[in-house]
Amino acid sequence: MSGSKTISEKIMSAHSGVEAHAGQIVEAEIDYVMANDVTAPLAFQEFETLECEPKKDKIVLIPDHFVPNKDVASAEQAAEMRRFVQKYSLPHYFEVGRGGVCHQVMVDEGFAAPGRLIVGADSHTCTYGGINAFSTGIGSTEAAAVFAEGRLWFKVPEAIDVRLGGNFRGLVSGKDLIIKIITDIGVDGANYKAFEFSGAGVANVPVSDRLTVSNMAIEAGGKAGIFPCDENTVSYIQGRVRGEYTPVAPDPGAVYGRTLEYDLGDLDYMVALPHLPSNGKPAAEVDVVIDQAFLGSCTNGRIEDLRTAARIMKGKKVHRDVRMVVVPASTQVYQQAMEEGLLAEFVRSGAFVSGPTCAACLGGHMGVLAKGERCVSSTNRNFIGRMGHKDSEVYLAGPAVVAASAVAGRIVAPEAIL
Amino acid sequence: MNEIRGKVWRFHDHVDTDQIIPAERLISQNNNCLGDFLFERVRPEMSKSVSKGDIIVAGKNFGCGSSREHAPRAIKQAGITCVVAESFARIFYRNSINVGMLPIECKMEADEGDILAIDVQNGRIVNETKGMEWRFAPFPPFIKDLMERGGLMAKIREEKRCIK
Ligand code: SF4
Repeated sequence: MSGSKTISEKIMSAHSGVEAHAGQIVEAEIDYVMANDVTAPLAFQEFETLECEPKKDKIVLIPDHFVPNKDVASAEQAAEMRRFVQKYSLPHYFEVGRGGVCHQVMVDEGFAAPGRLIVGADSHTCTYGGINAFSTGIGSTEAAAVFAEGRLWFKVPEAIDVRLGGNFRGLVSGKDLIIKIITDIGVDGANYKAFEFSGAGVANVPVSDRLTVSNMAIEAGGKAGIFPCDENTVSYIQGRVRGEYTPVAPDPGAVYGRTLEYDLGDLDYMVALPHLPSNGKPAAEVDVVIDQAFLGSCTNGRIEDLRTAARIMKGKKVHRDVRMVVVPASTQVYQQAMEEGLLAEFVRSGAFVSGPTCAACLGGHMGVLAKGERCVSSTNRNFIGRMGHKDSEVYLAGPAVVAASAVAGRIVAPEAIL
Repeated sequence: MNEIRGKVWRFHDHVDTDQIIPAERLISQNNNCLGDFLFERVRPEMSKSVSKGDIIVAGKNFGCGSSREHAPRAIKQAGITCVVAESFARIFYRNSINVGMLPIECKMEADEGDILAIDVQNGRIVNETKGMEWRFAPFPPFIKDLMERGGLMAKIREEKRCIK
């Protein structure tokens, strides 16, 4: 076995105090553990079976799935979270109106940073790999264990080296790259493994797009999807990051299980057809009439995504047979979009604009689909019934395709309407 | 949980957690009756007809999708103590061990309604209906220990690592 390590192996080593290599089981110190309104109550229930004080500074609680409370049951659930926060005087809680979708809040509020080891009771916790963290989703019981001990066991994953070259054409983006990767390797192509991105092309992937790519690592079964830390990363987190951080680069000679190569310039606008994220096809080949266009979520609800969409919609109207729902991912994104006049642009074009929440991404509220309806969505999952009725359909795409399709009334590449 | 014998509910590849239990059921008042909503969108008749000891047999990547621990809990609360799949999604696998739902990785043949007998200790699955038998690899020592102790919480309690 070589002494050289991948980013994953280095972060696992630094947090466990042992020389960690792929396949080994280690117990590692966690920097932050996050839970949301759906997963936290089960974690509280488990935590209360122990008799201990929680590791307060490490716990981040963010209600986002069914808030603002969509009904009495979700109101009770959110209240449970508030009570737990009060009982233990937890410092990191982000109330409705001051938070948003948990993963974006983790980035906005500077919990996510290079070199950190972060777990979250939400599968898309892998998002922070976009800024060089090792972050991964866990269950509620495991979250409770981390509340108590600040530590958790891991099997150190083997890494897949994803070498990027070239630059995106037009408004092709990180979403198109990750749909292409998942389509190539399948929804379990990275099960138990971590993607690690490398190559000259990385510099041409904006950090917000890296977050999108890492967000969907789990849609290929990946445990993490990690980008290197470069100047773009540093300037992106400047002003938000909490505390010190240590960027981690792979050692020369690190061993990867597999290598994939992509030239960003070869990528098309991609759409993942129902009901798996691996059903990717170039948008130009998907001619499907839609009922709804959804722009938001931890995948593509960032300010950069709203800018792209607003740019396409400027001076145009949402098609008369389409509802467009725009949901900025966090309060900070919402405010920024307001200041830039983007929200006004969406409203003027006939879109519905909501405050930050997960909304229809998981079929919760704000745009749930009826039987037979079709939605083009900037989210990350198109499983059966994900956004509503089991006979509804979700087509995943990047913000440019979502906006262009909202205008056209059918799924199109942006060039079709520009 | 060394010997399991029951009837097969057959599923195929990539069964995701939204199918196992839809998001709208993930509210704390349902925490003890998650089994009532098992596969309610895709196989609504199932939760009512499951008998204790029944077994889910599936293809690749069972439990992909969200981290919701409600998924293995729903399966267990419905009366199913074991899922045999060609492979599991990793978060679902970890969650299963912590909630006491046994995830067995094995590629095997079974049709809906077949009767299986599983010898967990010796890694043996017999399809009694078809008269066929398969072997599966033993659990790694760390996982086996965790399961025998009753999951992560039980382990923490037992080791008294975390007392006020
Ligand atoms: S926006 Fe969607 S994918 Fe992201 S955390 Fe919320 S429900 Fe999950």
